[in-house]
Amino acid sequence: MTVWLETMRRETLLVMRKKSDVLNPLVFYLLVISLFPLGVGPAPETLARIAPGVIWVAVLLSVMLSLERLFRDDYRDGSLEQLLLSPHVGAGLILAKILSHWLMVCVPILILSPLAALLMGVSPPALVAMMLSLLVATPALSMIGAVGSALTVGVGRSGVLLSLLILPLFIPVLIFATAAIDAAAMSLPYLGQLALLAAFSAAAITLTPFAVLAALKISVQ
Amino acid sequence: MFKWLHPYAKSENLYRLSGKFLFWFGWLGTIGAIIGTIWGLAFTPADYQQGDSFRIIYLHVPTAMMSMSGYLGMAIAAFIGTVWQQRHADMTVIALAPVGAVYTFLALFTGAVWGKPTWGTYWVWDARLTSELILLFLYLGVIALYYAYEDKRSGARAAAILAMVGVINVPIIHYSVVWWNSLHQGATVTVFEKPKMDSSMLWPLLINIVAFGLILGALTLMRLRNDLLMKEGHRPWVKKVLEEGR
Repeated sequence: MTVWLETMRRETLLVMRKKSDVLNPLVFYLLVISLFPLGVGPAPETLARIAPGVIWVAVLLSVMLSLERLFRDDYRDGSLEQLLLSPHVGAGLILAKILSHWLMVCVPILILSPLAALLMGVSPPALVAMMLSLLVATPALSMIGAVGSALTVGVGRSGVLLSLLILPLFIPVLIFATAAIDAAAMSLPYLGQLALLAAFSAAAITLTPFAVLAALKISVQ
Repeated sequence: MFKWLHPYAKSENLYRLSGKFLFWFGWLGTIGAIIGTIWGLAFTPADYQQGDSFRIIYLHVPTAMMSMSGYLGMAIAAFIGTVWQQRHADMTVIALAPVGAVYTFLALFTGAVWGKPTWGTYWVWDARLTSELILLFLYLGVIALYYAYEDKRSGARAAAILAMVGVINVPIIHYSVVWWNSLHQGATVTVFEKPKMDSSMLWPLLINIVAFGLILGALTLMRLRNDLLMKEGHRPWVKKVLEEGR
């Protein structure tokens, strides 16, 4: 447990020392969203219709952008190797690392999302559904993305490759999340979709740390 | 069982065994595909509703089924390679991936050609079509990851992990027809129920499904054998094989 907390503390500290890693995905997120009214026209009805999809796609892209960094610095300065050699290494430690990524990247996105929803003219019930869907589904994004990040960390210039690996795996999350928001906008029940998203997250949290660990071992050797 | 399997961990034995399999897979698959396709395209009765356009089912359904089975097979090979550290299983993953990607592309292509006369459009954003498209991206991801690595051994192991993670998608494809209410029809051929298709139309389809599966296996084995020869070019057994000329 102490190792767990210590890892989280270290990750948080590292991010705080280099704030651009947190801020860049957020700026990117708002920028992508503000491109859509310029592209499709500022009519409020159109924007409200496409808002759930646009916001979720922007979330996927900014999470993906932040993932490249997840293991890269540790890999470059050799601390990843030390981490894998340490006696505490295991899926739990990896989980702590990814969880701190979720805290430092996905939670700020979550906090910014009402602003994004305001820009796109999302109705209040849809806003609640959107926040809930983001809350339950973003852990799955961090976890699945970490697998891609771990697989590509040893490969130079991995940005495009990373998107090819993990965006297809994000698609089920996108489908159910936007379905939930659409249902809420028509004041239909959407707990079913949320439950499925939560199931994705639960499955990802339990299973992917092992895949990440195996992938890191291949990348580092 | 492992005692019986262990000799095949040696590349030379694997090469010879896969040669025997390749012979049967290749010939049975080719003959089956010729019989099934000619029977299906020329000798089955036309559909009462779709006319002759339904005949593309004899290419569409086999490629679509085998693109998914191929992914499952790739994931099983990846699992064996990762758990028991079998180098040849990882090589099989890489041998299978491009073949499966071509099958997936063919399934999408024949589906688009079939969709035009029956649905009036080449492409709809329907759950099942989209999932098949995602399957193609998953195959491409596995291939791209393998070629991104300098060290092909690590590349194959990384690709194996990705294949296992992506296998979640195969059940989603399969059940998407049930989960989302879609334009695509439900499964016509299931194992446990009576098929919803007349036997005069069904037999060539079944022959083609088996034949396309055998061809998938044959192409994979050809790639695997080629890979074995390339990777172990410095070994004496490769020289011996090349001198024998088979």
